[in-house]
Amino acid sequence: MLLIKCPYCGERSELEFSYGGQAHIVRPLIPSDITDEALTEYLYHRDNIKGVQAERWRHLHGCGRFFNAVRDTTTDHFQATYKIGEAQPASGAKSDG
Amino acid sequence: MGNAFRNKDGKYIDYTQILRFTFDGKIYQGYKGDTLASALLANGVHLLGRSFKYHRPRGIVAAGADEPNALVTVQRDHARTTPNVKATQVELYEGLIAESQNRWPNLRFDVGALNTLISNFIPAGFYYKTFMWPRQAWGKFYEPFIRGVAGLGVAPTEADPDRYSQRFAHCDVLVVGAGRAGLAAAMEAAEKGLRVLICDEQNMFGGSLLSNADVQSTESLLQTMEKLHQYSKVTCLKRTIAFGYFPHNMIGLCERLTEHLPNPAKGDVRERLWQVRARHVILATGALERPLVFPGNDRPGVMLAGAARTYLNRYGVLPGKNIACVVGHDNGYLAALELQQAGATIAVIADVRTKPVGRYIEQARQAGLPIRSGMTVTGTGGYRRVRNISVAPIVNGNIDASDTIRCDTVLMTGGYTPSVHLFSQSRGKLEWKSEQNAYIPSQSTENLSSVGSAAGLAGNDRGVIGALPMTNKSTAFVDWQNDVTVKDIDLATREGFHSIEHIKRYTTSGMATDQGKTSNINTLGIVSNILQKPVPEIGLTTFRMPYTPVSFGIFAGFARGDLFDPVRTTPMHSWAIEQNAVFEDVSLWKRARYFPRNSESMNEAVARECLAVRASCGLFDASTLGKIEVVGPDAAEFLNRMYINAWSKLTVGKCRYGVLCREDGFVMDDGVVGRLATDRFHLTTTTGGAARVLAMMEDYLQTEWQDLQVWLTSTTEQWAVIAVQGPRARDIIAPLISGIDISAHAFPHMSIGEGTIHGITMRLMRVSFTGELGYEINVPADHGRAIWEAIYEAGQAHGITPYGTEAMHVLRAEKGYVIIGQETDGTATPDDVGLSWAIGKAKPDYVGKRALIRQAMQAPTRKQLVGLLTLDDQVVLEEGAQICATAANTPPMQLIGHVTSSYYSATLGRSIALAMVAGGRTCYGKTLYVLMPSAAIPVTLTAPVFYDEKGEQVNG
Repeated sequence: MLLIKCPYCGERSELEFSYGGQAHIVRPLIPSDITDEALTEYLYHRDNIKGVQAERWRHLHGCGRFFNAVRDTTTDHFQATYKIGEAQPASGAKSDG
Repeated sequence: MGNAFRNKDGKYIDYTQILRFTFDGKIYQGYKGDTLASALLANGVHLLGRSFKYHRPRGIVAAGADEPNALVTVQRDHARTTPNVKATQVELYEGLIAESQNRWPNLRFDVGALNTLISNFIPAGFYYKTFMWPRQAWGKFYEPFIRGVAGLGVAPTEADPDRYSQRFAHCDVLVVGAGRAGLAAAMEAAEKGLRVLICDEQNMFGGSLLSNADVQSTESLLQTMEKLHQYSKVTCLKRTIAFGYFPHNMIGLCERLTEHLPNPAKGDVRERLWQVRARHVILATGALERPLVFPGNDRPGVMLAGAARTYLNRYGVLPGKNIACVVGHDNGYLAALELQQAGATIAVIADVRTKPVGRYIEQARQAGLPIRSGMTVTGTGGYRRVRNISVAPIVNGNIDASDTIRCDTVLMTGGYTPSVHLFSQSRGKLEWKSEQNAYIPSQSTENLSSVGSAAGLAGNDRGVIGALPMTNKSTAFVDWQNDVTVKDIDLATREGFHSIEHIKRYTTSGMATDQGKTSNINTLGIVSNILQKPVPEIGLTTFRMPYTPVSFGIFAGFARGDLFDPVRTTPMHSWAIEQNAVFEDVSLWKRARYFPRNSESMNEAVARECLAVRASCGLFDASTLGKIEVVGPDAAEFLNRMYINAWSKLTVGKCRYGVLCREDGFVMDDGVVGRLATDRFHLTTTTGGAARVLAMMEDYLQTEWQDLQVWLTSTTEQWAVIAVQGPRARDIIAPLISGIDISAHAFPHMSIGEGTIHGITMRLMRVSFTGELGYEINVPADHGRAIWEAIYEAGQAHGITPYGTEAMHVLRAEKGYVIIGQETDGTATPDDVGLSWAIGKAKPDYVGKRALIRQAMQAPTRKQLVGLLTLDDQVVLEEGAQICATAANTPPMQLIGHVTSSYYSATLGRSIALAMVAGGRTCYGKTLYVLMPSAAIPVTLTAPVFYDEKGEQVNG
């Protein structure tokens, strides 16, 4: 079970969180203007990285806030958690597994 | 036979406490401190079970968790029967009842042993190869046959009556294993003032110290324990197995609390799951002794040398009186010396190494033990117990002539294998050390350290791995529990399986309940030898949790029966119970399904309830609907962006039916949104969708639209919702209400207002899910039952009738109102279910808008919501049934839709159904066929409204 550092509440058990998929996928400002290809990319295409990836979490059974995290999927180690709107911090050495 | 093999020197046996127990119905004696295995050995019993595949007689090989053979069933009563427990881990108690397994009619004479005679015809992959053809025979013959012979032991027939508990714990240091290294590590951490948790699978701490003959071991153990108990921040857990290593230093422990007691008190917790989060983990899991692989190495009486030392020194039990030793590691000499000291005769020490040197070898020479080096074993004799062993020297790489030596026990040792199971589970990397013949921990990903022999073996005695030189490979067992021999591995490699992952699955080596504790490394050695490749190139199978089997009970914990899931009840639940309502589960809620009167069937009750709503008035508990309070200056703009509908023009005091799509354009939820003030909305969701909708709204608000000032609050549990539906609804509630003019012109359909009912604050919505004049009365939950009763009382003169979810379903289907999740399945657009009228077409954006303009989302061939009327109006279709354009009921057929809702409508005196049919809206009047088990049933396609098509009733 992961130990996750909510940027608002601190370290809590994974039981309190829900996973929210890949981070930094921005909803187009005016979706009606984008092409079918761009829509497909936005709706369906997700990275599935063996290594370091940015992802969304929500402290559902705590403060209820969404935040982002950088996690190495090969070790489950979190390199950083940060608030929505903040840029993804530069990560350490990329693990290629 | 009474303890003929017992002496008085067992260090951890209490000779004053005699315990009586039965094995296969026969009564034996043991002592306090014994395991079932040690007590049976003391009585000269070596035959404990039959092997899985060939039903060969099997005895005790090990003394702990690595035991592959001695699996028994321990029985307290019909519900408390535990199959497949290792006799080496069963603590003896007064009255213990154990049974052998995998034999019929009994252990000494077992019909299944005939398999041994045909063992040449059951090679590796036998089942894969044999039960292929003919295909039809699989279900009729092969599967029942395989199920009949498969499996080990018999599961209990009754529900588990025991209690299991769970707890979380945090510590600075968790030490797994309380042997010499683990105790030292715990002591060091304790001295630093740290919070320490130390656990061990045995009933006492000490690990391998418990098996030593010397006095110093015992004394140092006693001293350590005494000191450790003085530290208040140290928790010692015995009988506790660390079964799993999870991310971020979360370790799963299983503590056995009552298994060793003769009569556990009723209500005692049997096992406890500990979920321990440790800052640092110290793995002191020790090493497991490796057996040798030679022909006939599975006969009862063939045992690990280290196990024999444990039986002798800890339990005071001699495994035999005339002992042959086959050794590949110096530890075998130590066993021989100690057993000779205890009075046994050492018939031979056959060392498989050519020139062994070392301290114990020297001592053995001086003691005059018959040592022969450079040897192999060509076979053993005996059936239910080993009677002799044949050993032969290896000369110039060839097996020379053999000698047969009489003996009653054979001890074997190939050296030690570090227990790296937990380290590997933690995703640490292992490294092969050929000078140790072992995989040892290398780079770790978690904050942990390995100590003692779990970290690697001291000294230069690497022992041997793989198989001894042999010609008869079919009785040389590598995996005792799954009956895998050298011959099977040989065959697998010849058939092209070269990766250890494939060999494991093909031969099943290492796949039994012992998970290859004794067999994995020897399998690697054998494959390495056959393929002439170094061990690291063969690969290594993954270590998975659990380290040893644990009860399902600990994972369930208290979450069973009534506590399995939370039960949500409405404020009017107790009233419904008093009225004999029949309930159904809707997500976690208990909802009244119907209210039978006298001996009414469900259909009769539902028909009566429906007719009452249409004729006078019904009373319905709608409290389970999800409710969200949306507040803030940007609330209307927020709803504009979320829902497909337009909200800006919704005036205060009005409601609107809203539809919510996902970003991919498919309908996700629906409900009613009422505007209480310019900046305040009361919003309802489906019963099952409440949490999902709130999470989605929060997501957009927090991540995409941080510019909006809106606050969302779940109010589902705050409001009790009483639906009053039917032509008499207004007449019934009007006298109770003040603060709102509810006359038809002042409070028309789709109005919302605040007032009081029977003196209690109320939010009143004029909405209808029945097609009748109707109201949904929201009152604070605490007043729900009182107001419900007040309305029920007031309605008596009007024939008010409580109705349940079943009638609600029928009533809304008569009107063609969809239920999200029943008509929709996650691939329906608003237009598919006839809701395109709800779309605010002038809006620049809403969730799902872009996806809905894709070509495929507008294809005329999409499945569309329609009504179905059976030609025989009394036939009720099955929900989920497929729809076909032709009556021909022979595959392949083109299926063009499916039935989503189907009921008998008492109002209409006939059956009705809703369905999703490809291009259905253009086919009204056409005849289609619904495929039911009995026949293809002809139906006429209609619009999905069966009652009051003009919608006049709702405005009454």
